[in-house]
Amino acid sequence: MSGYVGYVGRRLAQFLLVVFIGINIAYVVTHASPIDPVEQSISAVTSFGNTAPDAIEQMRKSLRELYGLSGTPVEQYLAFWKRILSADFGPSMSAFPTPVGTLIGRALPWTAGLLTVSTLVAWLLGNLLGGLAGYYRRSRSLKLMGVIAMGLHPIPYYILAMLLLIVFGFIWPVLPITGGATMNLPQSLTADYLGSVLQHAILPALSLILIGVGSWFLGMRSLVANVLAEDYVVYAELAGVKSSRILTSYVMRNALVPQVTGLAMSLGGIFNGAVITEKVFGYPGLGSLLVDAVYAGDYGLVLGVTTISILGVSVGVLAIDLLYPLLDPRVKVS
Amino acid sequence: MAVFFRDLLRHRTEFRIGLVLVALVLLLSVLASFSPYPPENVYVVPPDLPPSLTYWFGTTSRGQDVFWQLSFAIRNTLLFGGTVALVSRLVALTVGLISGYKGGWIDRVLMSVNDTFIVIPLLPILVLFYFVMRDRISWLMLALIMACFGWAYDARLIRSVVMSLRQREFTQTSLFSGMSTRQILTEEHLPYVMPILFSTTMNNMVWSIGLEVTLAVLGFTDINTPTIGGMIYWANQHTAMVAGIWWWIAFPTIAVVMAFIGLFLLAVSVNAHIDPRSRLWNVGGAS
Repeated sequence: MSGYVGYVGRRLAQFLLVVFIGINIAYVVTHASPIDPVEQSISAVTSFGNTAPDAIEQMRKSLRELYGLSGTPVEQYLAFWKRILSADFGPSMSAFPTPVGTLIGRALPWTAGLLTVSTLVAWLLGNLLGGLAGYYRRSRSLKLMGVIAMGLHPIPYYILAMLLLIVFGFIWPVLPITGGATMNLPQSLTADYLGSVLQHAILPALSLILIGVGSWFLGMRSLVANVLAEDYVVYAELAGVKSSRILTSYVMRNALVPQVTGLAMSLGGIFNGAVITEKVFGYPGLGSLLVDAVYAGDYGLVLGVTTISILGVSVGVLAIDLLYPLLDPRVKVS
Repeated sequence: MAVFFRDLLRHRTEFRIGLVLVALVLLLSVLASFSPYPPENVYVVPPDLPPSLTYWFGTTSRGQDVFWQLSFAIRNTLLFGGTVALVSRLVALTVGLISGYKGGWIDRVLMSVNDTFIVIPLLPILVLFYFVMRDRISWLMLALIMACFGWAYDARLIRSVVMSLRQREFTQTSLFSGMSTRQILTEEHLPYVMPILFSTTMNNMVWSIGLEVTLAVLGFTDINTPTIGGMIYWANQHTAMVAGIWWWIAFPTIAVVMAFIGLFLLAVSVNAHIDPRSRLWNVGGAS
């Protein structure tokens, strides 16, 4: 048991390091810019007409506070952390006076739901098919699947999402291509609303799954090919263990271990994909929020979404890491 | 090294297909030097013409020839991917070699930082970067930022190779014959790392070009330098799909997908070729 405690301690330390470095990068990016964001916002506002000088001065002061640019560098750095730890990003400029936290809270469930389901489906499907393809090397249909996976995997999310949009939006319009649910339905737990949510999620989820499946498929296939050459598999075959049992408990189970680590490591990349997928399909999640915030010039919102996504992804990684010993009992012993 | 590529050509269909695809894309990018129009100029040809013998890939609503525009775009996109790959390779090599060879606390510290960089979601940070820099953002700056994030996964791969090399006898021999750490790493271990370096370079280019396309499509890069993403961005700005100017989006998409699949196939085939078991499988003729 002590091995597990040590393991959890190390993972927690790694989690804190990820958050620390991530937030620091966000700080450096926002503060090392040669452009003064305050002056930029002010010139954007004042270019529309005459504004009283004392009003500008007042605006400058409140903006400096909002951007965390008042005080010495040390004070600025501490203030930055304080805002992040208290999750207070101030009111949103583009949806004034709604706080940034509320906007993010509204968008978060959409992204979390879409991401969790599509990632899990892609991971399970890719590993299952990849495992079969590695085990039954001569199967024609599985080989064909390998070719398709190889062709789909390197295509960037944007291109694939756009192709799906064109196919299901213009050529064969059967699925809703934008939004998270039908507009005029009340947000409640009725069958109508849930059905509409599911229907709207199909296309964004499909684009995430189509791209995700490829890499898991290819990874699992080569892992299984490696495991097949291990002595214990050869021995089990010679001892007459049924081939279905060899596949599930001898080969797949062992090949899955690195795939779990892979899932934790690729979470950041999957999140990147979700951001762009949401934008393409007008899905009301963090990705759309982030992109719209940039267009609207809403600093607090951009910073808030960036911070929350760093936090969210690290929490996801931590969760996978903590479940890892269930699959690989060696962690508990060492 | 030459033998390595000769074997690849002879025995790997994926490698041959990848090579042809990449060669086609490279050819298109080289053609940019012969363009009759500079890439920034607009309304140099009649707008909105479908593909024809005069304008092979049609013309855009901004009065540009899609063919020549595309050759500039693919050149810039490949240069971008190449720059990111080159810079991030330097970091990945340094970290991977040192971490794998030294081991101990150096390895632990480097790998903690390394894992952090693997996990952090890059797109929001790049968007934040664009938000702060706005129009000052340049091609090179974006490439450098991406390189700062693109090394981590490959450093881990290189480290694992070096860790197994360290156990080999020739490492001991070179150590006892008085070679310095730097010499052992660069003269003895580096040649073994080269094939994996090649395949990660291809993968890294796929990754960085994908991100660049994504950012450019949203308008979050220097949109006045023609890139593949930039072309799609302008096409979207002029609602090309709705207006029926499909060639403005289709040709850049085809070109970039060709580049992606080509680079990816090169990486995959080299990876498979490094693995001796899979090489035997392939050379032995059993499919």
